[in-house]
Amino acid sequence: MKSSLAKRCFRLILFVALYLPGFGSAEDTATSDFTSALNKIATASMQEREAAVQQLISLKEPRTLLILQGLLDGQLYKLRDGDKLVLAKQKDKGFSLTDAANGDDLGTKESAEIQKIPLNNSLRVLLRKSLGSLQLNSNEINTRIEAVKAIAKVLDDESLKLLRDRLAIEQESIVQDQIKLVLALEQLNSSTKSTRIEAIDLLKDHPTQDVVNRLNTLVEKDDEGNYLETDNDVRNKAKTALAAINAKISLYSGVETLFFGLSLGAVLVLSAIGLAITFGVMGVINMAHGELMMLGAYTTYVLQQLMPQQLGTALILSIPAAFMVSAVVGIAIERGIIRFLYGRPLETLLATFGVSLVLQQTVRSIFSPLNRSVAAPEWMSGTLQINDFLSLTWNRLYILIFCLLVFMLLLQILKRTRLGLEVRAVAQNRNMAKAMGIPTAWVDAMTFGLGSGIAGVAGVALSQITNVGPNLGQAYIVDSFMVVVFGGVGNLWGTLLAGFSLGIANKLLEPTAGAVLAKILVLVFIILFIQKRPRGLFPQKGRAAEG
Amino acid sequence: MTALALPTGEVDTSHGPILYLEGVSVSFDGFKALNNLSLYIDEGELRCLIGPNGAGKTTLMDVITGKTRPDNGSVFFGQTIDLLKLDEPAIAAAGIGRKFQKPSVFEKLSVFENLELALATNKGVWPTLFAKLTSIQRERIDEVLLTIGLIESRWQQAGDLSHGQKQWLEIGMLLMQEPKVMLIDEPVAGMTHQEIERTAQLLLSLQGERSVIVVEHDMEFVRSIAKRVTVLHEGSVLTEGTMDEVQNDPRVIQVYLGD
Amino acid sequence: MFKQFYEHDKAAFWLLTLIGGIVFLIPTANIIFPEESPFHVSAYSISIIGKYLTFALLGLSLDLVWGYCGILALGQGAFFALGGYAIGMYLMRQIGTRGVYGNADLPDFMVFLNWQELPWYWYGFNHFWFALLMIVLVPGLLAYVFGWLAFRSRVTGVYLSIITQALTYALLLAFFRNEMGFGGNNGLTDFKELLGFNIQSSAVRACLLIASGLALMLAFVVSKWVINSKLGRVITAIRDQEARVRFIGYRVELFKLWIFVFAAVLAGIAGALYVPQVGIINPSEFSPLNSLEIVIWVAIGGRGTLYGGIIGAVLVN
Ligand SMILES: Nc1ncnc2c1ncn2[C@@H]1O[C@H](COP(=O)(O)OP(=O)(O)O)[C@@H](O)[C@H]1O
Ligand SMILES: [Mg+2]
Repeated sequence: MKSSLAKRCFRLILFVALYLPGFGSAEDTATSDFTSALNKIATASMQEREAAVQQLISLKEPRTLLILQGLLDGQLYKLRDGDKLVLAKQKDKGFSLTDAANGDDLGTKESAEIQKIPLNNSLRVLLRKSLGSLQLNSNEINTRIEAVKAIAKVLDDESLKLLRDRLAIEQESIVQDQIKLVLALEQLNSSTKSTRIEAIDLLKDHPTQDVVNRLNTLVEKDDEGNYLETDNDVRNKAKTALAAINAKISLYSGVETLFFGLSLGAVLVLSAIGLAITFGVMGVINMAHGELMMLGAYTTYVLQQLMPQQLGTALILSIPAAFMVSAVVGIAIERGIIRFLYGRPLETLLATFGVSLVLQQTVRSIFSPLNRSVAAPEWMSGTLQINDFLSLTWNRLYILIFCLLVFMLLLQILKRTRLGLEVRAVAQNRNMAKAMGIPTAWVDAMTFGLGSGIAGVAGVALSQITNVGPNLGQAYIVDSFMVVVFGGVGNLWGTLLAGFSLGIANKLLEPTAGAVLAKILVLVFIILFIQKRPRGLFPQKGRAAEG
Repeated sequence: MTALALPTGEVDTSHGPILYLEGVSVSFDGFKALNNLSLYIDEGELRCLIGPNGAGKTTLMDVITGKTRPDNGSVFFGQTIDLLKLDEPAIAAAGIGRKFQKPSVFEKLSVFENLELALATNKGVWPTLFAKLTSIQRERIDEVLLTIGLIESRWQQAGDLSHGQKQWLEIGMLLMQEPKVMLIDEPVAGMTHQEIERTAQLLLSLQGERSVIVVEHDMEFVRSIAKRVTVLHEGSVLTEGTMDEVQNDPRVIQVYLGD
Repeated sequence: MFKQFYEHDKAAFWLLTLIGGIVFLIPTANIIFPEESPFHVSAYSISIIGKYLTFALLGLSLDLVWGYCGILALGQGAFFALGGYAIGMYLMRQIGTRGVYGNADLPDFMVFLNWQELPWYWYGFNHFWFALLMIVLVPGLLAYVFGWLAFRSRVTGVYLSIITQALTYALLLAFFRNEMGFGGNNGLTDFKELLGFNIQSSAVRACLLIASGLALMLAFVVSKWVINSKLGRVITAIRDQEARVRFIGYRVELFKLWIFVFAAVLAGIAGALYVPQVGIINPSEFSPLNSLEIVIWVAIGGRGTLYGGIIGAVLVN
């Protein structure tokens, strides 16, 4: 709604801008020139069209940029009936049209009723350059930066001149830097040695893929083993610059690996932390833990189906909703089955395994066995581009933050609330706690609900990085157990550390060993680690732990 | 593989004591369960160990039998065998047997089978797989069954025995092992008066042949068997002497009665 | 002697009689009765029954480690699968030039991956005796190494369960990789001949059924003997009071290791009998879920009874 309103206002202004000037005579000629240029573009031959385009550019009308861009992108058409120039966007079977001259909505037409304005190569080059120059002088800083980048791809004397001219009048330092960089790349071709060396110096601090490629040409040899670049100083300078840049790049890739590792670790921690509570604090091996995560993921899916327009809100709402759904199911499992099996871990394991199969089957019959994909809201998709060599995906970044938040919250719950106190008391000595009047049955149910609820929340996070299907839980259950066991049962910090270190180890190994082998190596590492420390990183101590 | 090799041959007791504990300390998370404790047990001696709850008596036995590793100190069996270098089975094979405070018999096995498992013989895997009781061994088991008064219940599951009977069975298992040193943790808890007397007789009959260390709270029982008594307090030896000496020691009185 | 045995252990007697009956009657019914007779047993059914017998053997093997020794191994399926792969490799080599690519030296999937020569670990699998050796050795050796590490460090309870699960999971991932040289995702299949006889023929199927039945009977009798030996009592004692067993002088880790390896070998044999009857082995046999299922068979049949594993395996399937 909002955006269409804005569009309408915009059109109104445009309308005023286009028609009101019609009262003055000077503007009159300008408008008629504009119209005639458009007419020529629509009807004239290829050669004349080029002249018309140039004329259009010289007029500096506000719509010029739009029209030329449309022409370049193949969206500029004319109506077969009357030769009116239109911008067309494919829509369903036909095209939705807007008047090129004033942006009026012309409804949709069949493809037979319109004809594309043809382009040739020289026209295309002309368009690129002129669009560049138009954009370069735009009022928007971002447009200008984009323009500089675009121009850098088709450098020639003319475009260089454009850039220099702009540099002379440019006020913004970001844009200035950007232009300087492009010019520096050019200066490498200069015949003056000092200019080239200066250029290398400048480029060294602003590495992009282009810079690396260009510098590489300075240090390469030809087939006979002679350097392509004959100037020793320049070549050496380039070498050191490249070395510095490569060091930076490997630092970035290190940071990136670390980030990947942390984000994988965050997923592991999220999926393991609920287990750390049910398994670690209560000693219950809950094989249905993965399915509780799956329920959380499906909750996200359902909410998104309910409000497809507001993906972001749906996602935020999914967090409490998934918590509740999984917690309720978890409490039902605890009250219905597990409480009869305390102190019998093997029976618990089998019973909850049965529950996991039932849950999977239920989901299969309600939602079909196929995987569902949960769309990511806009702010979750895309990347945070830090530079040419380092970009972080938003969804992983959010999951990392989310994981830490959940962890902190959980820690606070266990540390500061009455429930937390009771949970710890029951974990340490069930009978004593009971004797002191702690309602152990209630505490058990609540603890299990808490652990399960967190599994549900983990499911929300998972839905953002993988497809949601009935087998979602299975994929994570082994990993979750591994994390809890590695960290030391009954220790949340251990779980956190274990999750992150396993995540990072996985990603460190991946480049050399490949994803699957990395995972195998990590598993083997855990198996060996357990030999060294049979009770994990942070073992529980005391006589109670020996039983 | 060296750790697996069982020490063979006789225990060298040429200098008197069969068990040396020197400067032994054990701590759990900073709490000192044993504090620089030293203790010497002679060959064939029957020694009683008393002390309030938490004094470290059970921990001491844990250290001797390899269950707990001390932070400091040395533990020698005879002159030559360093017990800290051995693990539990090796220590057992060397000739140190133990009865636990909490009776821990194999509940799913019969009384007879419990004794059979404890029987002193080659306890390697393959010999165990092909083991057949010789008539001498059978007689030995019967003899012990008689001693511990369970001959009637030999085919009963050990889990079905009364608490006192389980205590006896544990003592029986200890006898089957024929150890040179027996560590007996609270043997008479849960026994009737008569049973206590029988236990006292049994232990007395062992001395000379074997060294026995008994931990017990029942002072009457201790008085009836003990020549020498060691009092433990807060992880170290408070005093050592005959029962009378110990009972009249003001420090002991203070420890037991509190201040 | 039969009478004595019958009186000593009725359940075992009936079980052995039952398996013996199956082994004798089913192939006979296949041969004697014509196809239209209601008593005729098809070649397909023979394989199904044979398959159940191998599952029963697998259940028996887990009952030894879990039921008697208290080691809840969540990776018993791994040994089964390894045995299966060992025989599968032999069967692959038997295909010879009859594969799609007709390459005598390389199995089809290797030709497909553009491999030039047979990896070293495939050497010898063209001999049946070598495959038989590997069926026993590979699961046994893996169990030995893994068990030695785990039991020596006294990894027990859930920790042990979880790392056995990790073991089979790691193997699952490993065998999925094409580079491993075990056919990746698709595994080993399209077998033609066993010892020169057509593997699809009902005679070979009947022989496999008989072999499975005899293996099960033999395994049952040997296991029974082991359990009734003093070693069996030590193992039961370990299950109930592990620490106590150490203090009377037994090396608990060695006893656990022995029974773990023994059970792994039984599982390997079960896998080796299973694969020719179903005609395929692929990595999914390593899935942790499969191993959990075995635990369920034993739990349902009753652990610590030997026939519990057998009955559970058949019942569930
Ligand atoms: N494994 C252990 N972990 C923590 N504390 C222990 C452990 N074993 C013993 N302790 C502590 O050491 C002290 C001595 O215990 P113990 O030797 O059992 O005393 P006693 O047998 O003389 O009553 C006690 O305070 C006990 O709580
Ligand atoms: Mg004590």
